[in-house]
Amino acid sequence: MSEPARTIRGLGEADRSELKRRYPQAFQAPVAERWFSLAIVVGGAALAIYTLWRFGFSPAKFVDGLDKLGIVVVLMMPPDPGSQLWHYASALAETLAIAFLGTLGAAILALPMGMLAAKNVVANRILHFASRRFLDTIRGVDTLIWALIWINVVGLGPFAGILAIMTSDFGSFGKLFSEAIEASDRKPVDGVLSAGGSDLHSFRFGILPQVMPVLMSQVLYYFESNTRSATIIGIVGAGGIGLYLANEIAQAEWQRVAFIILMILVTVSVIDWVSSRLRLAMIGRRAGATA
Amino acid sequence: MAKTLAILPPAQLAPLADGYRAAMAVKRRWTIGGLVLLAVFALLSAWAGQVDLAKFWTGLPRFASYFHDILPRLRIETFAADMAEWFWNFDGWLALLWDTLLVAYVGTLAGAMVGFVLCFLASANLTKSTPLRFFARRSLEFCRTFPEIVFALMFVYAFGFGPMPGVLAIAIHTAGALGKQFSEVVENVDMHPVEGLTASGANYVEAIRFGVVPQVLSNFVSYSLLRFEINVRGATVLGFVGAGGIGKELISSIRQFYYADVSAILVIIVGTVFLIDWLTEMLRHRLLGIEGDAR
Repeated sequence: MSEPARTIRGLGEADRSELKRRYPQAFQAPVAERWFSLAIVVGGAALAIYTLWRFGFSPAKFVDGLDKLGIVVVLMMPPDPGSQLWHYASALAETLAIAFLGTLGAAILALPMGMLAAKNVVANRILHFASRRFLDTIRGVDTLIWALIWINVVGLGPFAGILAIMTSDFGSFGKLFSEAIEASDRKPVDGVLSAGGSDLHSFRFGILPQVMPVLMSQVLYYFESNTRSATIIGIVGAGGIGLYLANEIAQAEWQRVAFIILMILVTVSVIDWVSSRLRLAMIGRRAGATA
Repeated sequence: MAKTLAILPPAQLAPLADGYRAAMAVKRRWTIGGLVLLAVFALLSAWAGQVDLAKFWTGLPRFASYFHDILPRLRIETFAADMAEWFWNFDGWLALLWDTLLVAYVGTLAGAMVGFVLCFLASANLTKSTPLRFFARRSLEFCRTFPEIVFALMFVYAFGFGPMPGVLAIAIHTAGALGKQFSEVVENVDMHPVEGLTASGANYVEAIRFGVVPQVLSNFVSYSLLRFEINVRGATVLGFVGAGGIGKELISSIRQFYYADVSAILVIIVGTVFLIDWLTEMLRHRLLGIEGDAR
């Protein structure tokens, strides 16, 4: 730094005032923009501080909680299922069944709904609007709430969990499918129609081949995410490993909790791996067709 | 019309048609094999998941009648009074809903900050140290593997009932989810500005601040807004395990069969989710529009 002018930075520093005069916007944003971002930052921070105050947050309580959490982590070692291994294993199988069947059922039911909600298939404004809002309403209610409602219908157990995941994913898939269908190319449809195909033909040979890889990859993605949701759906009594997890936490059986957590971790990563391989294979094989 | 199509002589046509048929047969075998496998898995799952269609059919009327039961009796002549009775605890619910929204807000904010710090460490183009990157990636993965409600269960044990464990649970899950999305954005940035800054003597933090952040900020904000939307939904059920907000009120009215309350709370939740979705979508479109970024 003894000879500042020898480095690029030094050269820049020496010429600073000239550069600043020539390119003012590179040194400072316009006043309005600066005030705007300052207002957002201050407003956001104020809301956060207000929240902490409202929730009675204090550093002492926080440290106290962390301390307790630390004790819990120590008590978790080593993870040990006790005598419950088989119960846990079958509950985990139940969890996978819930995720698989819930996703599959939702995908099958959502395909016609997705067509109905797609502008380019059903060109009826009112129907389009109504089906979109219907799907939004279903998605607005969390899976756990659906589980509680289905428990009223089929009783406690994994079947209620399957139905709950099916319901809430029906909302998501309906929306995603309709968007994929709307984004499809119109030309194959015109081609099929001009060769004398019916409307159904035009969907089967014009639209479906285009959107299928997209839909499949979305379904697989949701299967991954549902494996995670299905691990907790048991908290309200809708089957799977969640019931055991909640119970063991409530009874402070930390070694068992740790074992369950490890089981979930392993299962979820295996499912993720399988599903990402499948997704790649599926999209890769038809990459030419879909771009 | 068919006369205008030129048809190849049979001798030339036959091998082409055979080739086509063979190709289709291979494809069909794959499809059928896949469907059979799917059906086997579905049957296995149905067995493990105790699917009982008879129970479903006998229960289905109950599904319809449940929605009928939770709907309030609204008459035209006494509409205002009926509405008032339906939403008898409107102020109380609104306060709880406000709690839920704040849980989602602070949880998203804190999670986004942690994710922001970790995403640069998890990006291959900025962090050359493999152990550091490995550590950052695995911690993000751990944070996002579990739904927030699992963390909430444990935090309720450690921090006691109330919204604080909910905030922490959402923050952890959000840090994991956003950290991954952020690092994917960071790995796709144009590295030229970073090289330029490093060449003129900027250190790691300066290079990120002036070389990377301006490129990624709009995407980061957009992802955070999306995550906020998701967290609002997630926060509505955190009350199920005692982690604050409107969920506690909802689960107790479902369990105690206060039908009109269930529908009133559901209407409030769905309405709020709509409003938040709409607001964040508008914000995101404006944001991405201003920055002229096509994501």
